Amino acid sequence: MTYVIIGNGVSSIGAIEGIRRHDQKGKIVVIGAEDAAAYGRPLISYLLAGKIGADRLALRGDDYYTKNGVDLKLGTTVTKVDAAKKTVETDKGETIAYDKLLVATGGIPFVPPIPGVQGADIYSFTTLAHANTLIDLSKSIKRAIVIGGGLIGLKAAESLFDRGVAVTIVELAPRILSAGFDEKAGKLAANRLKNVGIEVNCGVTAKEIQRDKNGRVKGVLLTDGRFLESDVVVVAIGVVPHSAIAKEAGIKVERGIIVDAKLMTSAKDVYAAGDVAQAIDQLSGEHRVVPIWPNAYNQGYGAGRNMAGAKLPYAGGLPMNSISFYGLPTISVGVVNPPEGDTTYEVHALLNEEKETYRKLVFRDGRLVGYVLVGDIDKAGMYTAFIKFEMQLDGKAKDKLINAGPEVFLWPAELFDEKWNPEMSKAAR
Amino acid sequence: MKRVYPNKDFCIGCHICELACLTAHSKSKDLILAYTVERNEEGLSSCKHVHEGGPTCVALSCRHCDEPSCVAACISGALQKDPESGRTIYDREKCVGCWSCLMACPFGAIARHPLENKIVKCDLCHDRPGGPACVAACPNMALKQEERS
Repeated sequence: MTYVIIGNGVSSIGAIEGIRRHDQKGKIVVIGAEDAAAYGRPLISYLLAGKIGADRLALRGDDYYTKNGVDLKLGTTVTKVDAAKKTVETDKGETIAYDKLLVATGGIPFVPPIPGVQGADIYSFTTLAHANTLIDLSKSIKRAIVIGGGLIGLKAAESLFDRGVAVTIVELAPRILSAGFDEKAGKLAANRLKNVGIEVNCGVTAKEIQRDKNGRVKGVLLTDGRFLESDVVVVAIGVVPHSAIAKEAGIKVERGIIVDAKLMTSAKDVYAAGDVAQAIDQLSGEHRVVPIWPNAYNQGYGAGRNMAGAKLPYAGGLPMNSISFYGLPTISVGVVNPPEGDTTYEVHALLNEEKETYRKLVFRDGRLVGYVLVGDIDKAGMYTAFIKFEMQLDGKAKDKLINAGPEVFLWPAELFDEKWNPEMSKAAR
Repeated sequence: MKRVYPNKDFCIGCHICELACLTAHSKSKDLILAYTVERNEEGLSSCKHVHEGGPTCVALSCRHCDEPSCVAACISGALQKDPESGRTIYDREKCVGCWSCLMACPFGAIARHPLENKIVKCDLCHDRPGGPACVAACPNMALKQEERS
């Protein structure tokens, strides 16, 4: 059995670990376009901020690939997938045959068609190479504008600021972190950034990136008419699935590569996982591209074990993000912005601006379906349990959850025993 | 693998497991020094926590899950599954304190270190002769370490 994995991010690590749970012998080939062994991609902001060195980036130990019998081909791009012949071709001229293939090519930065966006001084922030470029650059530039107030943009802004660059964020939405946060949480986070000296502009975006006669960036003209001078622009609007090779191979792609319950694509023996995949979402039951780290690992793991013959369905992804802004921790899980006017949702929000704490709970049909925590995050996992295990809460239990916080005694007794103390009868003997 | 299983019918909420855990993870290995000095000065914390719900109590810590949510969520590789022992292992040096594990673990078994950007999590006292200190200390056999399928 030969497993070929295209991509060397966290999905790929998940896949190796999923395969090896069920098959110790099969050959695994991992083809990665980047030069580095799998690294903690979100750590590039820690690297850029100078908080960690390059030696701390690797996700697994030096002997990981050898120990797991992985033939690792780095700096190699797959140029073609032939699902009929079951082969992949690389830019090194190699043709590699597979029995099972995983497409885990991740996402690529989305660059919107703003006038002036093509050319020098425009940067992305999604790879180690990008981080290294920005580290070098930070020594010589004074001002940077970050377009996009999502996770990547904010982290790029914070890290560049830590390197001594004056940073301005522009975000089209009325608040930062519009996807995973609401107005109140966004405001608490934005205040932290503003207090250290990062400029945050919401409700505006770049109308045009203006350049001097040598083609270098002069600054950005905003949609509200203001002109902000800048040496460079970091575009961090988001990532889009890097699905080109799958599309070219005739594999079904919508927003991302469509996968079934076992994470197999429309082509037999070809699987997809991570930011490139459009996989099932636990809460909505719909197929969605949710480019977050835990989903990427879990889908890789799920695909890996099914490639190895386990025949186990993927449980579905749950959107979740944990991120801190200058010491202010924030966590959001599940549905945090229910559709406006939809009365099937019930929201309980508690804001304490002085203490910089916020807690928002979102219920639907007697179940917790989402939450946001800012500042006091210690009970996050206990809230996650109610969403993940889809616990039905009667009125009393729900009131307790709202008023006293999550507690394991609110779990149904059978669930508690199943998870914490299974086979108790045997133990009691 | 042998895991620690808590029995809420036997737990009397005495918190002795927490103290045993604290001592086992202290430098001094002395209960009084661990509690009075190391806890205050270094943020030494117990991995075990006694939960109380009315008359019922139970002492919980990391379950060392087969397919742990924390490992999937860990952005730094600090949390990994040890294929040999089955433990969910934590490398403090690699941890950057992003709290993703704390968010993802539905068992609430991961805590923030009180002073540093690190986590506190059960290591099953893997290097302690005689196994987990909490199990050894429990006066009513409410904690058992055993092999269950």
